[in-house]
Amino acid sequence: MKKLSLLIVVLLVVAIAVPSLSAARAQEKIRVAVVMPSTKSDLAFSQSIVDALLAIQEERGEDAFEFVYSENMFVVEDAATALRDYASQGYDLVIAHGSQYGSSLADIAPDFPDTAFAWGTTVDTFRDQGITNVYAYEARSEQGAFVQGVMAAMLTKSKVIGIIGPIETGDAKLYVDGFKAGVLWQDPEIEVLVNYIQSFSDLALAAAAADAMLAENADILTGTAQMVPGAVNKAKEAGALWFGTQANQTSLAPEIVVSSQVYDWTVALNPIIEDVLAGEIEGEAYSLTLENEGLRIEFNEDFELAEEVKATAEEVIQAIIDGTISFEIDEEGVLTVVEAEAEAE
Amino acid sequence: MPPNLFHSPRLDRAIDALMPLIAVLLALLVGGLMIVLMNANPITAYRGLWDGAFGSKNAVADTLVKATPLLLVGIGICISFRGGVVNIGGEGQMIAGGLVAVAIGLGYKDADPTLVIIACLVGSFVAGAVWGGIAGVLKAYFNVNEILSTIMLNQIATFGMMYLVRSEFIDPRQKGAAAPIPETERLPRQFDLPRIGGALDDLYRWLGLSGEGGTQWGTTLLHNGIIIALVLAVLVYVLLWRTTVGYRIRAVGKNPRASRYAGIPVRRYMVLSLVLSGGLAGLAGGIQLLGVRHRMNAEGGAIAFTGNAGFNGIVAALFGGLHPLGTIPASILFGALLVGGNKLQRTVQVPSALITALIGLVIVFVVGSDIFVRRRSRRRVTVSVAEATEAAEVRASP
Amino acid sequence: MIGDLITASVLASGIRLATPYLYAALGETFGQRSGVLNLGVEGVMLMGAFTSLWAVHEFTPAGATGYDAGALAMGVLVAILVGLIMGLATAVINVTLQAEQGISGIGIYLFGLGMSDLLFQKVFGGNVVTVNGFPKVYLPVLSDIPVLGEIFFRQNLLVYFAFALVPVTWFVLNKTTLGLKIRAVGQNPEAADAMGISVARVRYFTVTLGGVLASLAGASLSISLVNVFQQNMTAGQGFIAVALVYFGSWRARGVMFGALLFSLVNALQLQVRTKGIDVPDEYAAMAPYVLTIIALVFASQRIDQPAALTKPFERGE
Repeated sequence: MKKLSLLIVVLLVVAIAVPSLSAARAQEKIRVAVVMPSTKSDLAFSQSIVDALLAIQEERGEDAFEFVYSENMFVVEDAATALRDYASQGYDLVIAHGSQYGSSLADIAPDFPDTAFAWGTTVDTFRDQGITNVYAYEARSEQGAFVQGVMAAMLTKSKVIGIIGPIETGDAKLYVDGFKAGVLWQDPEIEVLVNYIQSFSDLALAAAAADAMLAENADILTGTAQMVPGAVNKAKEAGALWFGTQANQTSLAPEIVVSSQVYDWTVALNPIIEDVLAGEIEGEAYSLTLENEGLRIEFNEDFELAEEVKATAEEVIQAIIDGTISFEIDEEGVLTVVEAEAEAE
Repeated sequence: MPPNLFHSPRLDRAIDALMPLIAVLLALLVGGLMIVLMNANPITAYRGLWDGAFGSKNAVADTLVKATPLLLVGIGICISFRGGVVNIGGEGQMIAGGLVAVAIGLGYKDADPTLVIIACLVGSFVAGAVWGGIAGVLKAYFNVNEILSTIMLNQIATFGMMYLVRSEFIDPRQKGAAAPIPETERLPRQFDLPRIGGALDDLYRWLGLSGEGGTQWGTTLLHNGIIIALVLAVLVYVLLWRTTVGYRIRAVGKNPRASRYAGIPVRRYMVLSLVLSGGLAGLAGGIQLLGVRHRMNAEGGAIAFTGNAGFNGIVAALFGGLHPLGTIPASILFGALLVGGNKLQRTVQVPSALITALIGLVIVFVVGSDIFVRRRSRRRVTVSVAEATEAAEVRASP
Repeated sequence: MIGDLITASVLASGIRLATPYLYAALGETFGQRSGVLNLGVEGVMLMGAFTSLWAVHEFTPAGATGYDAGALAMGVLVAILVGLIMGLATAVINVTLQAEQGISGIGIYLFGLGMSDLLFQKVFGGNVVTVNGFPKVYLPVLSDIPVLGEIFFRQNLLVYFAFALVPVTWFVLNKTTLGLKIRAVGQNPEAADAMGISVARVRYFTVTLGGVLASLAGASLSISLVNVFQQNMTAGQGFIAVALVYFGSWRARGVMFGALLFSLVNALQLQVRTKGIDVPDEYAAMAPYVLTIIALVFASQRIDQPAALTKPFERGE
């Protein structure tokens, strides 16, 4: 009897408390939806945004931050349907995580003026089209790529370095060009082999591209996009070194990964979320850089990297942060390294 | 056996029509188990599927928009399969069509919109016809199997598109961007295929069916591509069964040797089958461009633009019994499945892989159930023959 | 200049690339010779790729640094088993249920594409897992032959086995009673049936064998060529394999030539770009597809396809 009445009391307390609690929280709870091209576990582009959202959820708590996703949205019209659907369901922030979604977003955003949208990777917020509720984010991946290129130039013995990319545009081109610039900045004598294999998913072709580079005596490889694990294993077999990007790729081959450039989208997402919470949607553009730590060079702790190389890498990182080394891209898409004059003492 | 109790023709036909539906339900049942294994509620999931496909005016519009390229590719497949050639090149032909349409549209930005739209659509048909025709010529005159050549031509078209969109065709706004997006300029808005929702609302109002506040089709994305596709489906039907050309295409497909003896230029008709089916796929690309995408983009390869309609259209055509009119409901149902599947994923947050596997299951179950329909119809034929014989015997006996 | 491009390592790489095509296309050859077209090869490849990788991962003892022969054997065994199941399912659909083969194949492809990824996410949480796959085996004496040794005889077991399958396939199809039955069933099932051959049984055999070989094709990617699994990692290779069967006019040797041509050109175009020769990447990537068609224009023999291809057979009463 006693137990039963106790139970009833507990239940009553819970029944009264829970709705009021959840009501209080509901006001603060922010709901985010993300639409992305590949799967959430691609160890590359799509995974990087999911990791960031998970980190934010960890920090803010599941009661305050909820997110949903649509993955494998290679078909742009399906992605557009998903974006529209999330917006009409009242999500506070809808993220279009793929540069191919831009034109759809420009059509959708004006229909939902109270919803915040974010589009990556780009700097275009459609301000010139009179749209104010679209944020943009991008990664200046040439920065970390340059640092890794400098390291690679110091580590190579054969003076041949290979870079594998998917197609020659966007983020991949930025990484490849930055890496190459870093290598040549450190040592113009080095031969840099570049191959865009025209596929994001063909692991066997990536492996064959690595084979071709290794046969040319390359002793350091790097690459970007989700098909690179095929190349990593070839590097491992041949004892060549590997530099990763987009996510920490150390787990693929702990023996040979020197470092990875890691994207941390929370740097872009947190200010957007603050805006949304404050109700002041302003549609700004954010870039991940080494300076704001949206880009980080994560060293593989199991790899014995010479102190000298690490020190140089850190110097270069500092120089990029200070702006003494910066990058310019011209009309033709050619990247040049700009070194500011050392300040007068 | 109690006569005629179990084979009223109407009941028979109803059971035949239900068979694919039963197969779909069975596939969804198996899919439901998979959904449970992924810790989601199958009932919520399937409600999502329904909502996404037919649950609202927007959903119905999405389904019809999705069905449009399936139908166009599908009626092309009806021609080619009836003509005895297997066209797996819909993807490449759609891309060829889209590329030519975007080139025409961007080349004549200031011209009269109606003229430009017509030129784009005709151009896309021609482009697809050429791309399909290559496979046709290779088959008819160089003995290169069309399954091989169309698979290869798909990739060739994709790579060609990726090159052009990244270089010659790239949006000038992307030049000099740190990370340029490989895409063309958006076509001017006056070249968008007209939306037909407003006209539908008017129609409802005229019929007195709209009720208070109107029917609200006007805000949906439904464009007039579906009308073009429906009209063409009827025309293809007429072509195949009401004209000499159609008769010859089918004759060549049924029996090339006999056709040759009958004086039909078999090779030319093989090429024609691929030209027509390629052209329709190319038109699907043009309509997809003007109605939905408005620009080409190299990221994500072929599927980002085609949505796999080049392959899915084959499925739609075969489900429709290789009949252009049968392909209409088949395309709509398949479009519904694709659109609804995405909504299902959003609703219960299962991996998209589950949807892919589920659609595979539905296809396999439906195609596997077909035998029961065929068996039943054969049995009916046997029964009626037996009855006729019996009746004849009765009459013959004095 | 040409010598710079066509090096021993390029040729060796081409041979490795040809391996998955060979398994899948030889398997498809058996099926088509008996009158069954299976467009679902790609899906079965993906299932084989994932499950074999899972088995190697599962059975490699913890802390092992190199490859583990037992685990690799398990990988192959599991791939065979999965291929058997997928092949049998394909046979049920195409032979017993007499499905329209064009569609059923697309269904099987989509099922495999989705299911392999789903299992990957369920088992490994979608995290990329690498294994120590088949190591290179230097064949004694042969591998020491200059140039040729590097090209042909420093590959791994799954590569050797794929090429060994070519004469085996030829022998089975042309020199055995079983082969005779297969060809009879594919050419004229009614006559074969009248001669007392069970059309269904022969087709069950060939389609299931096709499933096993497609699954091995997947394994030859995931535990021999790249040693890792990712969703859709076959990237269309299963469809190319089907095309190669037509290239080879349903003959084992022709299929091998097709697979080699396609893969060698692919390795070569990668080499061209590695060498920094100035061609647009996209045009280079097109090369294997274009050259395969052109080669067939010049080399095509007037061999008709098996007369009963794609036509289901039902015994008359």
